[in-house]
Amino acid sequence: MLNQNPLWRYLVVIGVLLLALVYAMPNLYPEDPALNINATRGGVVLESTRQQLEQGFISEGVTPKSVTLENGQLLARFQSAEDQLRARQIAINLLGTVNYVTALNLVPTTPDWLAGIGATPMKLGLDLRGGVHFLMAVDMKAAIDKNINDMVGAFRADLREAKVRYRSVSADVDRGMVQLQLRSAEDVQAARSALGKLDRELVFTDGPAEFSLQVTLSENRLREIREYALEQNITIIRNRVNEIGVAEPLVQRQGADRIIVQLPGVQDPAQAKEILGATATLEFRLVDEQGDLGAALNGRLPPGSGLYYDRSGQPFLLENRVMLTGEHITNASSSYDEYSQPQVNISLDAQGGNLLSNATREAIGRRMATVFIEYKPGEQLQADGTPVLIKQEEVINAATIQARLGRSFRITGIGNPAEAQNLALLLRAGALIAPTQIIEERTIGPSLGQENIDLGMTAIMWGMVVVLIFMVIYYRVFGLIANLALVANLVLIIGFMSMIPGATLTLPGMAGIVLTVGMAVDANVLIFERIREEIAEGRSIQQAIHQGYDRAFATIADSNITTLLVALILFGIGTGPVKGFAITLAIGILTSIFTSVVGTRLLVNLFWGGRRVQSLPM
Amino acid sequence: MRIFSFNEPLNFMRFKMPALMLSIVLLLSSFGLLFTKGINWGLDFTGGTVIEVGYTQNADLTQVRAILAERGYADAVVQYFGSSQDVAIRIAPREGVEQSRISNEIMAALSETSATPIEMRRIEFVGPSVGDELKEQGGLAMLTALIGILLYVGMRFEWRLSLGAVLALGHDVIITLGLFSLLQLEFDLTVLAAILALIGYSINDTIVVFDRIRESFRKLRDSTPEETVNDAVTSTLNRTVVTSLTTIIVLVVLFYMGGALIHNFATALLFGIAIGTYSSIFVASGIAVQLGLNRDDMLPPPPPEKEGEGTEPLM
Repeated sequence: MLNQNPLWRYLVVIGVLLLALVYAMPNLYPEDPALNINATRGGVVLESTRQQLEQGFISEGVTPKSVTLENGQLLARFQSAEDQLRARQIAINLLGTVNYVTALNLVPTTPDWLAGIGATPMKLGLDLRGGVHFLMAVDMKAAIDKNINDMVGAFRADLREAKVRYRSVSADVDRGMVQLQLRSAEDVQAARSALGKLDRELVFTDGPAEFSLQVTLSENRLREIREYALEQNITIIRNRVNEIGVAEPLVQRQGADRIIVQLPGVQDPAQAKEILGATATLEFRLVDEQGDLGAALNGRLPPGSGLYYDRSGQPFLLENRVMLTGEHITNASSSYDEYSQPQVNISLDAQGGNLLSNATREAIGRRMATVFIEYKPGEQLQADGTPVLIKQEEVINAATIQARLGRSFRITGIGNPAEAQNLALLLRAGALIAPTQIIEERTIGPSLGQENIDLGMTAIMWGMVVVLIFMVIYYRVFGLIANLALVANLVLIIGFMSMIPGATLTLPGMAGIVLTVGMAVDANVLIFERIREEIAEGRSIQQAIHQGYDRAFATIADSNITTLLVALILFGIGTGPVKGFAITLAIGILTSIFTSVVGTRLLVNLFWGGRRVQSLPM
Repeated sequence: MRIFSFNEPLNFMRFKMPALMLSIVLLLSSFGLLFTKGINWGLDFTGGTVIEVGYTQNADLTQVRAILAERGYADAVVQYFGSSQDVAIRIAPREGVEQSRISNEIMAALSETSATPIEMRRIEFVGPSVGDELKEQGGLAMLTALIGILLYVGMRFEWRLSLGAVLALGHDVIITLGLFSLLQLEFDLTVLAAILALIGYSINDTIVVFDRIRESFRKLRDSTPEETVNDAVTSTLNRTVVTSLTTIIVLVVLFYMGGALIHNFATALLFGIAIGTYSSIFVASGIAVQLGLNRDDMLPPPPPEKEGEGTEPLM
């Protein structure tokens, strides 16, 4: 008989709807304002600390909903955002900021049985949660320049070792090469083979001058350098982000030289920018005690030394040879020495320890200067419109080497505790070989995020209500069926958005849902209009229903494929919020076809299919 | 309930020429506007900084401007945003300073000089290089969408119909851009998303009409192409109007309730869908007919895999 469906079809549709409903449910439970407390440097929060904190909260009159330990991390839930803010202060007072990072967070209150099957609420985009989005660009030219410069010193040493006499070795960073000037054709040949043997990734070409040689890096090596610079920056930014104290930060590579940083819930973007944007490294150099500082100031530098200044403008004559660079630093922390003066304790990796140990063996009693190097954007612009980064070198300290230094040592004589703390923070995060720059920022304040959610919800609700009313008036009982499909569609969208791990709801995404609500009825309109027409042409009711659905389906599929295509393109090129729009649009199209074609057909057949029906209530 | 109920097909194609003339006039004026006034590109495409600040009472724009001018931001555009307690400050990209720090400076300056506490609501900074990339990507997306649709429609329909559909699509997009140029509304990434969604919607509308045109050609054997098109447009008119209506309803809701950030998005879609509905009735089929669409072109190649089409009446 026409228009009857096997039971399994009903079961499949009901099953899909139930599944979506269950996965959509976590969104109904409000989130708890909470504190995340992590121990720094890979430590864990102890049970005793948990108890101490819980009592601390209660004695200050802030009653937490729960204080639990999970994976060495402490999570305290509160009744209100006010409690949360007060509790944060209490936690900071009790634990300090050195060994613990206290971050504000919103955590879902999904019941255990839902969490057990992996149901979680939808992820909200930063435009709804509030927070900071940065796009950072890594200065790859700086990374390569540094490599070229490092090659000069290495080549000189290698040539000496191979007993090849040379006139000069110099870097030409603009052309990305090292220029060698030798004395004879044999020397050129010897230099080629000596250097080439040590490093297979060097490319040699004859220079324009007689007996000159140009050395560049192979494509392979250049790629490696860029990869390394990017990876290193990502690692450093991850560390720094942890310093800021954000509950669920995202640090992600984008393309060849960019990094996306998302910090949900950050209250102070300015501070975050300071911490992320600053690039600092250290170089340790011996003070040239023999050289004539006065002569150097008049422009007559002793060979092998250079002139540096400290913040107050006092000049220092330092050896060009670098004893140690910041990349060997593994940890740095600020504390007070036995005279209650601020100091920074530095730990090095094994190689760094050896280097420093060797360098200081013969230098006990001499002074070692710490040069702090920062990259700051300058006045000039590069071709792409970003400012050229200028290297600023500042002597921050010159201390007498008291003993042979090893893997851990300290720098004393730092102006004030804040400076020591800041220096330690930057050093701890490591040392950069390529500076980064923020090239895009999107920050949404916490209240605007909530406002956006409210606006989006109201728009979805009203859009829905108006369409529902319209459909009932226009199609009567069939309108009700279309409305059921529409509601089911909304549940499906929310369910799928919650299920798909990468899907994020954004404000344009909510607009996309509103739009889907308006457009989703289209399929039913097409079908119903078709049924009316078929009836008008004199077909029987059953024929009309059957033909209406079948014929309309081709059109529905045709017309929705194009919108799906557009959604895919949007998803491919869009960023952040726009991607959110593409996701809801695409999901909405697919679910609306399912509910309005498959779902309503089952309902229509259930009520009117396979019976003698004189007319349809539409 | 039905909006329209006709015993005979309406003669839409009688208005084919006037409609095409109207469209040409609209297109030409849109082009004129785009070339003379241009588009008010939003921050996403120009680069620069936008800071939205919330005051607890009505904000004094003159004062804000004065404070900014004092700090060297005399070129800042200061406007209310959404309400008179919200102020949006837009600063053009500038050379030689670390641009990502501009917002820090301005927030500091404003909170120092304000008697009441102010709230940072939104900061957006787009570097010039990023702006150019977004522009490029946006243009590329629009092009990819149009080409993708051209290919799809070209595969599914006879070439005259395909051309009509794509021209109508371009027509909708250009006239919507023209409106943005005329009103100097800000064109940012969300508006671009709206335009792309509009492309999807508008072709959707056209395809529904075209599907029916194809069907009508098979059904009405003795009619002229114009009569056939009239028949198809008339029989889909209810659907076209109802769907456009529900979509327009939700967009009106979005326009009034979606907040200031969504305003231009809703505007683009509202206007675009109105234009799109008009163009799928008059422009797309008008062009196809004008190009000489006739019954012989539609038959024999039966459109592939059209479900339900092969089903014979069961009685």
